[in-house]
Amino acid sequence: MNQHNQHRRSSNDHSYQVDLEVLKRRDFLKRLIKAVLVSGVIAGGAKWLYRGSALSNQEPKRVEAGLPDFSVSEVGRRIAIVTGGDRAKTVTRAIEALGGIDKFIKKGDRVVIKVNAAFATPPSIGATTHPDLLKAVIKLCYQAGAESVVVTDNPINDPPTCFQFTGIAQAAEETGARVVLPRPEYFELVTLPGAKLIRNWPVLVGPLKNATKLIGIAPVKDHHRSGASMIMKNWYGLLGGRRNMFHQDIHTIITELAMMVKPTLVILDGTFSMITNGPTGGSLDDLKQTNTMIVSTDQVAADAVGATLLGRPLSALPFITRAAAAGVGTADYESLNPIRDSVS
Amino acid sequence: MKIVIVRRISQVFFFLLFIWFCFVLVLGDRWYQLRGWPVNWFLELDPLVAIGTVLTSGQLYGGLLWAVVTLVLTVFLGRVFCGWVCPFGTMHQFLGWVFHRNKRAPEKAELNKYRPAQAIKYYILAAMIGAAGTGLVYQITSYLGSRKWGWITIATVIVICVGLLVAYRFRVLPSFLKRRYIMWGLGFAVAVGVLSAIVGRRLWGDGLLLTGILDPIPLVYRSVTLFVLGIGEGLTQMERYYVGAWLIGTFFIAALLLNAIAPRFYCRFICPLGALFGLLVRWTPWRIGKTQARCSQCGLCQKDCEGASDPHGRFRVSECVMCMNCLHVCPRDLIKYGPDRSASGEFNTPKIDRRGFIITLGAGVLSVPALRLTGLTGPNWSPRVIRPPGALAEAEFLKRCIKCGQCMKICPSNIIQPALLEAGVEGIWTPILNFRIGTSGCQLNCVACSNVCPTGALRPLTVEEKLGRGKFASRGPVKLGTASVDHGRCLPWAKDTPCIVCQEVCPVTPKAIYVREVYRELRDGVCHVVQATNTEIVVDGPQLTPGKLGSGDYAVRLLDGPDQRHRMIINNTANVIMISPLDGWDVPPRKNTRVAIELRLQLPYVDPNLCIGCGMCEHECPVSGLRAIRVTAENESREKRHALTF
Repeated sequence: MNQHNQHRRSSNDHSYQVDLEVLKRRDFLKRLIKAVLVSGVIAGGAKWLYRGSALSNQEPKRVEAGLPDFSVSEVGRRIAIVTGGDRAKTVTRAIEALGGIDKFIKKGDRVVIKVNAAFATPPSIGATTHPDLLKAVIKLCYQAGAESVVVTDNPINDPPTCFQFTGIAQAAEETGARVVLPRPEYFELVTLPGAKLIRNWPVLVGPLKNATKLIGIAPVKDHHRSGASMIMKNWYGLLGGRRNMFHQDIHTIITELAMMVKPTLVILDGTFSMITNGPTGGSLDDLKQTNTMIVSTDQVAADAVGATLLGRPLSALPFITRAAAAGVGTADYESLNPIRDSVS
Repeated sequence: MKIVIVRRISQVFFFLLFIWFCFVLVLGDRWYQLRGWPVNWFLELDPLVAIGTVLTSGQLYGGLLWAVVTLVLTVFLGRVFCGWVCPFGTMHQFLGWVFHRNKRAPEKAELNKYRPAQAIKYYILAAMIGAAGTGLVYQITSYLGSRKWGWITIATVIVICVGLLVAYRFRVLPSFLKRRYIMWGLGFAVAVGVLSAIVGRRLWGDGLLLTGILDPIPLVYRSVTLFVLGIGEGLTQMERYYVGAWLIGTFFIAALLLNAIAPRFYCRFICPLGALFGLLVRWTPWRIGKTQARCSQCGLCQKDCEGASDPHGRFRVSECVMCMNCLHVCPRDLIKYGPDRSASGEFNTPKIDRRGFIITLGAGVLSVPALRLTGLTGPNWSPRVIRPPGALAEAEFLKRCIKCGQCMKICPSNIIQPALLEAGVEGIWTPILNFRIGTSGCQLNCVACSNVCPTGALRPLTVEEKLGRGKFASRGPVKLGTASVDHGRCLPWAKDTPCIVCQEVCPVTPKAIYVREVYRELRDGVCHVVQATNTEIVVDGPQLTPGKLGSGDYAVRLLDGPDQRHRMIINNTANVIMISPLDGWDVPPRKNTRVAIELRLQLPYVDPNLCIGCGMCEHECPVSGLRAIRVTAENESREKRHALTF
């Protein structure tokens, strides 16, 4: 009995010990497998993430295509110079003289108007595109059957305030156009072939992406660094990034901008010309009534006419001769047989 | 409908209204922009703003008249602002519920019982009121101290009090004249006497408004507008930067997380506005109270008591935020809101230590001369403190600025930034301009900040006044400071590189930034003519970079002979320099003539009489790190002592 008991106990002990051994082994194996798995993840992850070389500090070579060509080839190089004090009338007459808006804007066109909205100043100061002029052009575009008209710029002052204070936002709203403010996602790196400055530079491409036509509208203004700010200088507002660096080589950047942008039409507003204190102005004393509206398909010719309003010789405006030399247009605007007219 | 439901609706309504006001604080005339929304309304309802500015400036400004509504409501109904209106209080109440919702009733009752530390908020209030009242203390004591009869009066009171003490010692006084009355009189007279002797206009003359640091309404405004909407760029579609917003956010989030310790932690222990209300409610005609003293002490009324005001026992009127949670939960319906006092007794005034209150009040008063010893409103004024247009002179400004951040949110250019320590500890979160941040300098035709300021720390300007036009022509434009060119960093001045972006963007007419044209010989820029025509010269010397000199900025000049005029280079190769045929030499330069290649530079200068300190130049300067032209506060209109020119 006693022995039996002892036997049972020992057999009990034995089975208990066996169970314990199994459990211990099983537990150990589980931990072993987990440890192996974790080590595998660490090693695999390290292999996946490993790059031998340090990150290069150079900007990535992301060269995007340039801007589309918006010019209307069948019109050729033309220019109209209309004198008069009423912007809506002079611009309408000038466009008529070039064959009418239908020559440039077709039914279904998606038009972008690049205004000069650089500063948060009222229209009377003349530092920005005049809302009356803008309204007249937008109306013409819609008359010609444009599907949409977008007004855009990347101003120097705070963008929303600029569009508000200049009256441009209101003009666009009244005539059914849409203002597109520069947002970071609208800028893309652009490289102009053969360019020295516009290389991998952020350009306000977003609003132009879906567009079929591009019109540039700018006032005639004094500019101390470049000599004048007119149509070609106005494309500066398509640049993003720390574009102020380009002032170091102002004539080259203006030339390259003129090479990069191929507009349908440019409208240079010399109803008032800012003779001094440009390009900001700030006082009516800075303006001179020159009563001239210039509409052209040749931006170089337009600026060359503008230079006469400012009374500046071409030798003081190297960007005009350089853009002409680069084949953008002609500085000798008389060779285009300008159509001259006057409306009161 | 139960009153608690009504209260919740009220809280949600005012909370959403507040968030809406924060959201529409954007310059513009759309319905979702500033337009005519009364965005300052909560600040105007805040009596701590009103009382603080009245104490410092002696004036109840503009919309702060609304505070009267809050004060009268509080006197009659108790702390309804805390429980029904305050958006910060609503956040605390909600989070308090979130953190403690799964607790059992006895635990909640324990959380919501009165704690002596709730007195801390009254000491915070005392210190702030003290600092605000320093100017007043100065006016009274210096008035007495500067007059012979003042000193005679003080001395007489002291002598009488000492005499009375002696008389008291010999027990010859009537019993109503207690010893502590005499001691109070003596202490007060001595304090006034000491102050009369030591105060001075320079350090004691102006109070400091520090309430805004902890006042819940300015706190919640700046936290939401600058921090919450700042990080919520996807929602607002605005790219804003706010210097030190992390600190504002840390305060805000810490205040919210404190609800994990106890519900409405901030309201109970810290809030100086709640403390102010707590002092005002002692006479409320209608209040919460028990209808009979004895009850089962089940604790249900205490379970959700937001103010920790012990409705089950001796009721603390000053702590009750009128949440009304206790009204309907009493199983025996013993708690009522009405004209009767609580049957189990009341504390009508907050339980604060009078000595502690006087010491903190005194510390607040003393903090002002202590801070002013740094001299920030005197000779040690900081040129980095450029205040927004319309700002009053620094001492007057600090009397009114509540650090609410409204000007910082409305500024379309995002250049108005909360100060850290630039304007001293006392100037934390006050607005200063930072022209590196944002979308432009201070825009000429914008007066948004000065018109949104709720306290008149920024005087409301018209565009006409800001620009110094029309009837303000004789006074000239509002100047924020003056720009200075750093000649060691400026590209044309120091680095032979054309630039003058600053001149271009200067919005003043005539421009405050003007240029002087110079021609600078290039490094190794002198060479000799090898061969020449009227428009082209071949030169010796180091190879030139082809095309580089044709940018329109380079000129060539003969150093020998009569014709030493500059001629613009139109193109070049490695050793040939070309000039325009329109500008050619009459006679080709002779061989071995010395030639200088020169760079035409326009060097910017600032006219201090014209510069308005708008910072357009600093913002646009292409030297993008430490700008080569920077605005400092010299010549600012608000402080004649900082003038540069006559």
